[in-house]
Amino acid sequence: MTAPMLDKRMSAGEIVSQLRDGMTLGIGGWGPRRKPMALVREILRSDLKDLTVVSYGGADVGMLCAASKVKKLAFAFVSLDAIPLEPWFRKAREAGEIEVFEMDEGMFQWGLKAAAFGLPFLPTRVGLGTDLAELGGLKTVQSPYDDGEVLIAMPALKLDAAIIHVSRSDWRGNVQLLGPDTYYDEWFAKAAARTYVSCEELVDKIEDHYPQDVKANTFERCFVSGVVEMTGGAHPSSMPPAYGWDMKAFKEYAAAAKDPGDWSAVADRFVGTDEAVYLEGFGGKEAVAALPLPIF
Amino acid sequence: MSDVTNQATLAELCILACSEAFRTSAEQVATGIGPVPRIGAGLARLTHSPGLMMTDGEAFLVEEPVPLGPRGDHQPRFAGYLPFSRFFDSAVWTGGRRHAMVTPTQIDRFGQTNLSQLGGTHRQPKTQMLGVRGFPGNSIYHANSMFIPAHSKRVFVEGEVDMVSSAGYNPAKRIAGGNYSGIDLRAIVTNLCVMDFGGPDNAIRVVSLHPGVTIDEVQEATGFALLDAVERETPLPGKDALDVIARLDPHNIRASVIRDNPPAVRAAP
Repeated sequence: MTAPMLDKRMSAGEIVSQLRDGMTLGIGGWGPRRKPMALVREILRSDLKDLTVVSYGGADVGMLCAASKVKKLAFAFVSLDAIPLEPWFRKAREAGEIEVFEMDEGMFQWGLKAAAFGLPFLPTRVGLGTDLAELGGLKTVQSPYDDGEVLIAMPALKLDAAIIHVSRSDWRGNVQLLGPDTYYDEWFAKAAARTYVSCEELVDKIEDHYPQDVKANTFERCFVSGVVEMTGGAHPSSMPPAYGWDMKAFKEYAAAAKDPGDWSAVADRFVGTDEAVYLEGFGGKEAVAALPLPIF
Repeated sequence: MSDVTNQATLAELCILACSEAFRTSAEQVATGIGPVPRIGAGLARLTHSPGLMMTDGEAFLVEEPVPLGPRGDHQPRFAGYLPFSRFFDSAVWTGGRRHAMVTPTQIDRFGQTNLSQLGGTHRQPKTQMLGVRGFPGNSIYHANSMFIPAHSKRVFVEGEVDMVSSAGYNPAKRIAGGNYSGIDLRAIVTNLCVMDFGGPDNAIRVVSLHPGVTIDEVQEATGFALLDAVERETPLPGKDALDVIARLDPHNIRASVIRDNPPAVRAAP
């Protein structure tokens, strides 16, 4: 019997090389918050294509759509908050370029939970009375008990892989997710066959460094297949408490979508040839670290 | 009528109307999306409805509503924790523990709303908007109201909304055995009037007109027939309410909500 490979460190390139065309890829975070943008950028630098993307969408979805990496999108919204309508996503939708599976935000996490628990579906009232069931081909299920209630059967959102940006990790994949809200990152991790995390800070043994923050370990290392340190890796999205979103960068990105809105002309700026070059374009890691946290 | 009251803006009158829509004796989360609903929720919390719970807009519950915009010296004091990561578990799917007030792009006579897409097909919409967000779950589980800053036929559509994002009282959208008992549409506050769903089969009624507005003007701006149940003019906020509103919105963000920020009482023609 061989011991499991506990040293999960790999490069961003190695992580992306483990993804395949046509995969279903879950992306953690929420809108313009906590997005694993460095790994998204690495995908954008690769030949990967025909992805089914499952995301509480922000610029991750917009960029992957703009670069024609997306075959199908499972979503409840795509938004940059202060810029409510994600412009590149909008362009792709209005051009009819992508298939979609649209869900309610709560159904979405329910589908991740079904996948995490290996169930074909989980029942819910959500979606009744709306167009979601018809548009998404959702089926109903009847309670076998006396109440006989008819419910929507939310199918499992099984992910071939998930990418998540976390605050800290050690080389074994003991992660810590700081900040006021970690959204559904833990369920992306559990819904996926393989989960890859980028982190703001990589340490050797987390118990030697941050034992006081152990409650921030929102999912366990058995759900982590690969780890890479990417300081500033959520930019331009926010990564509290380390840094806020870069609204200036988002505005520039949104403006670039206006006519003619040619992604190839601006991909250098928003993706770059590598991560160091990309960050340098926005003032470097120091400038990212200095971005103020948003107020709501 | 005092001089102070005469100086209230239409946005402030709407804030008071939103606050009335939130009135409750229950302990429940009040979510006002956008400046007018949010200030309205805060006003309700600080005046007639102390059971209301609200967040700082991000993840923490506060007992003192957080003012809009840059906070200066104001430090929110956190009394509880309600992040998105447990919002459905606590506030939505438990049923009856929240009242949300939102601004959808379209509303129809059944109270169905749309904020996902306009025109075209689902595969290729003419205009892509936000997506349904949490509207399907909100509508099937808890109270919902709406604020519309520019009452028009583009919002209050003829026929049905292009994409039903939130459930309403449309019998054709109900399947046998489904539980629709949680659908609880309350008020629609607009720049012209206040409406509710108190008509036969939850038909939409006009219950108060803002000063100087006629029922014909409201009907003219609406794509479906409204019931006239007007009993009064929408009340103007008094000095106490205006003081609370100013405290909740120190940067006067409310002045940018309704076009030209008109006074609550229209100038004589």
